[in-house]
Amino acid sequence: MATPVAIIDSGGANIASLLHALERIGVSATLTTDATVIETAGRVILPGVGAAGDAMQRLREHRLIDVIRGLKQPVLGICLGMQLLADASEEEDVECLGVIPGVATRLPAETGFPVPNMGWCPVEKIAEHELLTSVENGSYFYFVHSYALPIADNTLATARHTDTFSAIVGLDNFVAAQFHPERSSADGARLLRSFIGMGS
Amino acid sequence: MAAVIDIPFCVAGGIRSVADAEDVLNKGADKISINSPALGNPGLITQLARRFGSQCVVIGVDSREQNGDYDVYQNSGDPDKISAAQRRTTDWIKEVQDRGAGEIVLNCMNQDGVRKGYDIRQLQGVREICKLPLIASGGAGAVEHFRDVFRTANVDGALAASVFHEAEIDIRDLKDYLTANSIEMRS
Repeated sequence: MATPVAIIDSGGANIASLLHALERIGVSATLTTDATVIETAGRVILPGVGAAGDAMQRLREHRLIDVIRGLKQPVLGICLGMQLLADASEEEDVECLGVIPGVATRLPAETGFPVPNMGWCPVEKIAEHELLTSVENGSYFYFVHSYALPIADNTLATARHTDTFSAIVGLDNFVAAQFHPERSSADGARLLRSFIGMGS
Repeated sequence: MAAVIDIPFCVAGGIRSVADAEDVLNKGADKISINSPALGNPGLITQLARRFGSQCVVIGVDSREQNGDYDVYQNSGDPDKISAAQRRTTDWIKEVQDRGAGEIVLNCMNQDGVRKGYDIRQLQGVREICKLPLIASGGAGAVEHFRDVFRTANVDGALAASVFHEAEIDIRDLKDYLTANSIEMRS
């Protein structure tokens, strides 16, 4: 039987917190690098902690590049996973999956704005999307990142460091969040629930 | 713990090596906090920051004022083993910062447990040299103390334990009070 949610094992620690977050909303998930499991899953999540180059290398080794590009079910990228769905990352100039247009750029470090940007930031919705129906404008989500996608046509919500950047993007069946919904308390759980309900 | 907590959490105590840290992080912790082991082996801070990223590495500093100087103490969790670490507090915080730590929790021992307010003077001095997120610890006894430390010492966070555990201050009430006093935070 196909798994309700496949979490792509892109390497790095702290996948445990995502599995726990899904358990708390009553969703069972499978951590996998198996192409068939991913292709047949009801939903796919691409998490990521660490460096873009390492994660892309891992996806390549498991022959998952074209598998991910071809997915038709709802797909959620989280944190580095969001950047992996983009065209490229400035981090070691890595070419990424190219599913969502844009290049992840490094956050500028300024006094009072450390990099990595770490902590709770308010998120402003700038477009309507079923992922965001249960999230109030200005809700706080938990961020840990040094790179971000600039605001573009596919931006659904923004957050601010020295400049505003894309907090959530969406294109067709692909959505992605720069923050960690699995660590963002009740609002994070609401967003994950909306993702599970997408298209149904 | 990781299964029920839906916000970031930090594990403090008992982490003496990269392997200890890896174990705790793999179990779902977001950050690790080290104190005395970093004083005994400052290279551990560098190793942890390189391996897991600065954002994971919190350094706790126990600091006590004597004759106008602030000095670092180690093993403060155990009354029989506590001792001066032979370092000035600001020197140690500069070193910790240079070694790649991501956050400092400054426990002001003179105020700790007294509930008379945070050690604003010491925190202001440390704030001047500390570019990292700085968390004030020790002395919280009333909602005004939180307001004062955010306003006058410009800290990034204020830690308190006993006033919450003993229900002296309700977290909801505190957040409402601080929001009413124009201190920005997650509601």
